[in-house]
Amino acid sequence: MLETITKALRDYKDDQELAVTEQTTFEELELDSLDVVELAMKLEEELSVTIEMSDDIKSVGDLLRVLQAA
Amino acid sequence: MTLKITGTGKGIPQKSVSNDELSKFLDTSDEWITTRTGIKSRHICTHETLTDLCAEAAMQAIGKAGISTCEVDLIICSTIAGDFRTPSLACCVAERIGASCPAFDINAACTGFIYSLEVASSLLASGKYGSILIICAEKMSAHLDWTQRDTCVLFGDGASACVVANGNALRYLNIRATPDVSMLYAANGVGNSPYDTTGARKGYVKMRGQDVFRFAVNAAETEISGAMAALGITAEQIDTIILHQANKRIIEATIAKLGQPKERFPMNIDRYGNISSVSIPLMLHDMLECGMIKRGETLFMAAFGAGLTAGSCVMVWE
Repeated sequence: MLETITKALRDYKDDQELAVTEQTTFEELELDSLDVVELAMKLEEELSVTIEMSDDIKSVGDLLRVLQAA
Repeated sequence: MTLKITGTGKGIPQKSVSNDELSKFLDTSDEWITTRTGIKSRHICTHETLTDLCAEAAMQAIGKAGISTCEVDLIICSTIAGDFRTPSLACCVAERIGASCPAFDINAACTGFIYSLEVASSLLASGKYGSILIICAEKMSAHLDWTQRDTCVLFGDGASACVVANGNALRYLNIRATPDVSMLYAANGVGNSPYDTTGARKGYVKMRGQDVFRFAVNAAETEISGAMAALGITAEQIDTIILHQANKRIIEATIAKLGQPKERFPMNIDRYGNISSVSIPLMLHDMLECGMIKRGETLFMAAFGAGLTAGSCVMVWE
């Protein structure tokens, strides 16, 4: 699942070398709240799941846990 | 469906408020607002009432339609709150412009223009009315908490109007609602009733921004797909796609999803902000004034807003 998020992030940022770990925050990637929801929408489409958005999703790891629970 | 637009108009407050001006009393900046919304400035009422703005828009639309005020058979106002709780804003406008026809308000939030078209087209088809004046008007500045940078920077005030009559321009019309109050709302005041136990919320606009974004992008895409399927046309056959001007990022995300050229999606949110149901007819008016819409061109218009409401229409311009 981390690989899926990493690929989505690299596509979204148009940077295939982008370094991504669970600890990476969206702020570090210069993504704001609307970028995060747009990323989530792409993942929803790809994985056929519904992601519950919340202000607590601040890092790749946070998004990973929400996806695993979906 | 028997409807065409015969005249348009607008009434915009004089004062334009820039992002820099807002940053004098809010923890924000032009860069922060522009990046997240596409908004550079918005018009805000100072001395103007909604009735003032509506009357200006209405008289322009009536003039463009080539009729007189006494030939208006019905006035429909789309607003979330007029100048008074009662009478309706439509009646206030009727008095101001000297009309004596029936007049009433509807509230479908940002989708109000599309809902108004649904009502008007049905009433035109009934044969009872010949010319209907639709006015969309909002004083959003009255419903905002001006200490909250997440919401108060997004909205503006204004009015836009159009006269509709029998015609063949309208080819498709769809309205819908998916009820979800908590995503986007502005509560009414509760007065001072000693019996009230609801603990009602203050009357400011509240929203879950990320959820609204997702709803809006999905709604726009669904509406466009629905219209194309119903009419058996492709996106390439639509000349102009006017989306509700809520946030530039919503429009850009929709463009990306549809894979269509951005030139087909006009935007005016940079100078008006989000004026709820006013935004689509305002765009229509400004484009007509600039000669950007020509007879025979196909227009798609879609809106989405509190309720949650959504809707769209397709017109082949006459």
